[in-house]
Amino acid sequence: MKELEFNRVSNRRSFIKKMARLSAMAAAAAMFPGILFADEQERMLPSGELEWKKAPCRFCGVGCGVLVGLEKGKAVAVKGDPASPVNKGLCCVKGYHSVMAMYGKDRLTKPLVKKNGKYTAVSMDEALTLIASKMKETIDEYGKDAVSMYGSGQWTIPDGYVASKLFKGCLGTNNVEANARLCMASAVTGFLTSFGMDEPMGCYEDIDHANVFVLWGNNMAEMHPVLFSRLLDQQMRRGAKIIDFATRTTRTSMAADKSILFKPQTDLAVANAICYEIVNNGWVNKSFVEKYCSFSKGSTDIGYGIEDKFKFKDVPEGIDFEAYKEFLKDYTPEKVQAISGVSAKDIKYMASLYGDPNKKVMSLWCMGMNQHTRGTWINNLVYNIHLLTGKISTPGNSPFSLTGQPSACGTVREVGTLTHKLPHGVVMNEEHRKHAAEIWDVPVENIDPKPSYHTVEMFRALDRGDIRFMWIQVTNPMVTMPKLNRYRDATKKEGRFIVVSDIYPTPTTDIADVILPSAMWIEREGMYGNSERRTQYFEQMVEPPGEAISDTWQIVEVAKKLGFEKQFYYNEDTHIEEIYAEYRRHHEGKKHNMAPLEVLKAQPGAMWPYVDGKSTQWRFNSTYDPACTQEGFDFYGKPDHRAVIWQRPYEAAPEIPDEEYPFWLNTGRVLEHWHTGSMTRRIPVLHKAMPHAYAELNPADAKAMQVKTGDKLRLTTRRGSIEIPAAINERGVPTPGQVFVPFFDENLLINDVTLDAFCPISKQPDYKKCAVKVEKV
Amino acid sequence: MPIKSYLAYPKEGMKESLETALSSFENCEVIPSKNHNLIVLVTETTDKQQEELLQEKLHAIDSLKMLSMVSGFNHSEI
Repeated sequence: MKELEFNRVSNRRSFIKKMARLSAMAAAAAMFPGILFADEQERMLPSGELEWKKAPCRFCGVGCGVLVGLEKGKAVAVKGDPASPVNKGLCCVKGYHSVMAMYGKDRLTKPLVKKNGKYTAVSMDEALTLIASKMKETIDEYGKDAVSMYGSGQWTIPDGYVASKLFKGCLGTNNVEANARLCMASAVTGFLTSFGMDEPMGCYEDIDHANVFVLWGNNMAEMHPVLFSRLLDQQMRRGAKIIDFATRTTRTSMAADKSILFKPQTDLAVANAICYEIVNNGWVNKSFVEKYCSFSKGSTDIGYGIEDKFKFKDVPEGIDFEAYKEFLKDYTPEKVQAISGVSAKDIKYMASLYGDPNKKVMSLWCMGMNQHTRGTWINNLVYNIHLLTGKISTPGNSPFSLTGQPSACGTVREVGTLTHKLPHGVVMNEEHRKHAAEIWDVPVENIDPKPSYHTVEMFRALDRGDIRFMWIQVTNPMVTMPKLNRYRDATKKEGRFIVVSDIYPTPTTDIADVILPSAMWIEREGMYGNSERRTQYFEQMVEPPGEAISDTWQIVEVAKKLGFEKQFYYNEDTHIEEIYAEYRRHHEGKKHNMAPLEVLKAQPGAMWPYVDGKSTQWRFNSTYDPACTQEGFDFYGKPDHRAVIWQRPYEAAPEIPDEEYPFWLNTGRVLEHWHTGSMTRRIPVLHKAMPHAYAELNPADAKAMQVKTGDKLRLTTRRGSIEIPAAINERGVPTPGQVFVPFFDENLLINDVTLDAFCPISKQPDYKKCAVKVEKV
Repeated sequence: MPIKSYLAYPKEGMKESLETALSSFENCEVIPSKNHNLIVLVTETTDKQQEELLQEKLHAIDSLKMLSMVSGFNHSEI
């Protein structure tokens, strides 16, 4: 007994010591972006006989390779995988704590069904049978477009694949969406309109070659800390320059060589001014543009999607270089200075970095450019800069859209879990429908050629009653939807049936009729696809708690109960392998071939197109990309093999500050918390480091209002108001006239007051700009 | 039995010297940053008296510019 007691105390003490170390390292990471303790991480790991297995990290879209330490059937430690070319052995605070997210006290372990207003535990089979019968009942009464699936960039590839196959292939509705619509849709439409194919042409190795990094509204120090540490490493070792172009001073700005602040929405004007400078200073790479580019303009004054059933279709029109040059005359640095607040000198400086033929430039962005009512346009405009200078698809010259979720690329963009998408191509294209139908073993007529609802419109349809059944997996829309009040009320309306699959109780499980406990990350088998087109496999390492099963198998079981046994023929023991093998067939060919599973099992992932046993690092460049059919560059996503330089103007945001609502409201994330905090707020170190949300004010505004840190503020928009503590000169400093609030805190729901306006092309909402009144309470 | 963690900031150019000084105490664990002028320090003492003694020693180190406590646990309460 004494020995047992000693072991208990000793283990507890060792645990506390580890917590103390981690707290200090978390604090250091929050204060010094990119700080490294790599060697020490390994030293401080628990001693004993741990078995180490590789996996991609559960959190952001960087896709770090981690090694998970296993002991007695439990995941007890994490270290960076030195073999991973992504993170080279490093981990960030979230990754290092990731296994702790599996062991929160309130894990969901049993299916729960709401009966007479109270949740009752039922068997998994009973819950899945109820879901299947409700789906059938809804389709019989209201039609196939009354049922919907809302998934996530945290879905594994097999999760998203079976969801798409069930809904699009078998049920015949395109009501499949994923939360990546809220974070990556503008990047997708940007790629498609400029290049005809989605996802970055380059890879993380570009970081090792670039001389300049321009961060477009991208707080990498907090959102992508491991990649940012690679930038800092190049800054220290090679003197690479980091330019932080943003609306708020952050830890990224502090570490940058130059911080340039602009007024919200005016990045459009600045990007055009950079192009003006490139054209008018003779910095255009004429040979590249003549051989590999075309010019187009699209519709203007395109709206903001604030009204229900908003429709927009762009009408592209080819133009020539002279017309484009004429258009740019409205964007001289001096004119744009007046719009953007960025000095003409700084605009010229940025242009000179891009224009210098001896500098390799990497542009990086994430939510700042994508959550934008002109998100597609600003993506196009940054590509314009790289195309005009020919700085693209070569090592170190890379426009690079970063993702926020571990499989936003792998599952949402590549599997195609958006209403208009198929695993290969789009529902509107007959050939693409035939291709998918053949692999899915369904009649081609099953696949509806018309996209149905994008995410915001899907929740509006739920409100109107056009959608009656919604199954939500691995996401928390009752924290993340803009103008949340409306959509929360929608879920509570009579005659709606909501299923939520998750691992912890959240505000979204609160509105569910059925809650399914899910197996998380390494409690099941799967794959994620990261920002650099890298697909990574992980095996099941530990047992899920209670009756929890994977999201994949939940959908497979429901599909079988709906009568689709033929299409969902998978064996429970081998279904992930079978699903992946089937999925690969959609992408066969040199442009998108996926690596075989045995390759993914053997190495830290592989980048598609995977051709002749090799990952492709730089697409569209014949030196590196076997899919090219011509020497030099080949933008084969477009019928004429030319990338498009788009004429896109500056247009104002839908709601701008006025007398009644005089501030801009900007929302975002923090280093410590993963999105809505449902996992990271259950990790004590991370929760203590960032316990609640706050409203950042500029010190000058705070002084004028006699507000200090901790004082309560009331933020009021046209959608409602919330009370929240102020933060002055803390984590970040907004420009005067702007407020920043992180969205991770379910007790301080900033999205109750945000605006559900979106980019008319990508349908991605803009969480960065609406008008707000600020009062001291 | 207190366990505490700190961020230890060395004086300019004295990181190595601070690391050496801290490492010489048997109840200190020292984790220097690879790329910043900062050291994570974890201390583990048996009682209040030993804790006070350690505090005196820490604050007497010449190369230490600032010691900022991040977490503190008393093992008897654990």
